[in-house]
Amino acid sequence: MTRFSLGKYLLPTYVFLTFLFLMIPIGYTFAFSFNDSIKSNIIWRGFTLDNWLNVCDQAGVCGAFGNSLLVAVIATAVSTVLGTMIAIALVRYRFKFRSATNLLLFLPLATPEVVMGAGLAAQFLDFGWTKGLTTVIIAHVMFTLSFVVVTVKARVATLDPALEEAGRDLYASPIQVFWKITFPLLLPGILSAAMLAFALSFDDFIITQFNSGSVDTFPKFVYTAAARGIPPEANVVGSFVFIVAIAIVIAVQVRSAMKKRKLLSK
Amino acid sequence: MATEFIARGQDLELKGIRKEFPGFVAVDNLNLKIPAGEFFALLGPSGCGKTTTLRMIAGLESPSKGEILLGGKDIAGMKPHERPVNTVFQNYALFPHMSVLENVAFGIRQRKLTDPLSKAEKALAMVELEHLAQRRPQQLSGGQQQRVALARALVNRPSLLLLDEPLGALDLKLRRQMQIELKAIQMEVGLTFLHVTHDQEEAMDMADTVAVMNQGHIEQLGAPEVLYDRPKTAFVAKFLGQSNMFIGKVTETNSETTSIEYKGKKITGLTKRSEKVTGVIAIGVRPEKTYFHETQPDDDPGLNILGPGEITDIRFTGVSNQYQIDIPGIGVMTVFAQNVGRSPVVELGAQVYVSWKIEHSFGLSDLPSGVEEEH
Repeated sequence: MTRFSLGKYLLPTYVFLTFLFLMIPIGYTFAFSFNDSIKSNIIWRGFTLDNWLNVCDQAGVCGAFGNSLLVAVIATAVSTVLGTMIAIALVRYRFKFRSATNLLLFLPLATPEVVMGAGLAAQFLDFGWTKGLTTVIIAHVMFTLSFVVVTVKARVATLDPALEEAGRDLYASPIQVFWKITFPLLLPGILSAAMLAFALSFDDFIITQFNSGSVDTFPKFVYTAAARGIPPEANVVGSFVFIVAIAIVIAVQVRSAMKKRKLLSK
Repeated sequence: MATEFIARGQDLELKGIRKEFPGFVAVDNLNLKIPAGEFFALLGPSGCGKTTTLRMIAGLESPSKGEILLGGKDIAGMKPHERPVNTVFQNYALFPHMSVLENVAFGIRQRKLTDPLSKAEKALAMVELEHLAQRRPQQLSGGQQQRVALARALVNRPSLLLLDEPLGALDLKLRRQMQIELKAIQMEVGLTFLHVTHDQEEAMDMADTVAVMNQGHIEQLGAPEVLYDRPKTAFVAKFLGQSNMFIGKVTETNSETTSIEYKGKKITGLTKRSEKVTGVIAIGVRPEKTYFHETQPDDDPGLNILGPGEITDIRFTGVSNQYQIDIPGIGVMTVFAQNVGRSPVVELGAQVYVSWKIEHSFGLSDLPSGVEEEH
């Protein structure tokens, strides 16, 4: 006897539709990176590899991509180092204004980007700084820092202080304890914080728009190009970033699955 | 086999140690001397300051006042990694990102001594875990982790080994087994062990000397059997087991015996087993030192006799039965009788007399709280 179950059919259909909805823009972008377009990249005119092979021929695409990469790498490095130190301090030490610091770090997460971007722009104007890569990097460090602190803090909270005490008890100086015990144990948290910071910085548009002056980043380039038709080279870069991200995710999953198997087989 | 680790246990002496935390004093004027090679237990309830004391010796806390002498040298100002002291932590604190072998080799590597791995292997062999050297700590059982923690500390041949409730996380059966192993290893390596615990059985079972701590100070210090048999304070008497307590004014005392009057009855103890022989004092006796009788025993100056009273509760614990006897005008007494067939078989509600030898009484220096007084 089988009873008709709504959930049995409805749920998979729903999931399928959700994924379809999510994948359509990505699939579109990917497909149109191979379009043999002339002026605008809206109508399919035939398959070509030219866009992928000569991606830098289109004025501005590679320059903007390089800028985005540079900003993201530097901002990620700075905010990961600073954020990790702040996270450890916030969890491990009791000091004056600790809860105030916690609150302040939370603010950028809650503030609308437009407000933050405009505020920063006003500051740079006040200081008389010329907008450019430096101001973009400073802005990105500022808004990614909070995400790093929140992510690493969660990891520090799960770290048993007795492990560090055991290190000190076993003849390791505080610096050695940090590098041999604290850091390796926090590393997964630090890495995911860095990845998050990188992703946020790389595709940020609003704050960048306010603080970059004449410098183009990739999101800014695409936005500007959209007015007169996005070149297929932009699709190439977008697809490329997507593929790299997916590849990293798959690699991490495979690695952890293999590690688990290895542990179980022993 | 364990000659590698034999060495150089050193005397530990604490002089006037005091530790203040914001709002309270955790340890106050603590004085203690532990001779080299001894198995010493600090016993007390949670919050008595025993763990704080251990952490001060390890260097993880610094005393507000006082000296910590190890082999005659004051180490109070030294950082934890500079002290020749190692600790077995409560939850073992094994490094999860290193193999068992690397965990054990950690201290040797830090001190840049030769052959860290072969030394670590020998230490693992001592705790019979050499076959698990390549595993991660989280793949081991609690008892195995405990032994790794022990090996990781012992491999450094510390002058003093600190054990912070090392068996607390193990189940009862494993705990008993580890107690025996720990004691055997201590005898084998001859190191000074300082063991902190709240489990009086564990402390009495393993330690040569036990110090009972309460509210930041040591109540009494001595061999386990002495502490149990002749507690000096009500706290020690209660903490080390059950007892029947009687509080009353001293009615007669001489060089041999001291008696009090408790609710019209005379209760006698030996003067040399009494901390105090004037005023109102408390006299106690352990339940297993008491007997019951179905008929009234003959008067005997060497016996305290109370009763008759009704048996209100019988508890079977395996090796012994625990009886509650309600004696009108006296109160409820507890009697333990071993199940060896020598005690009379009695049932709930039976009327019995209770007796014990006066040399089994102990006189306390203070009065227990929560016991009815009779003046």
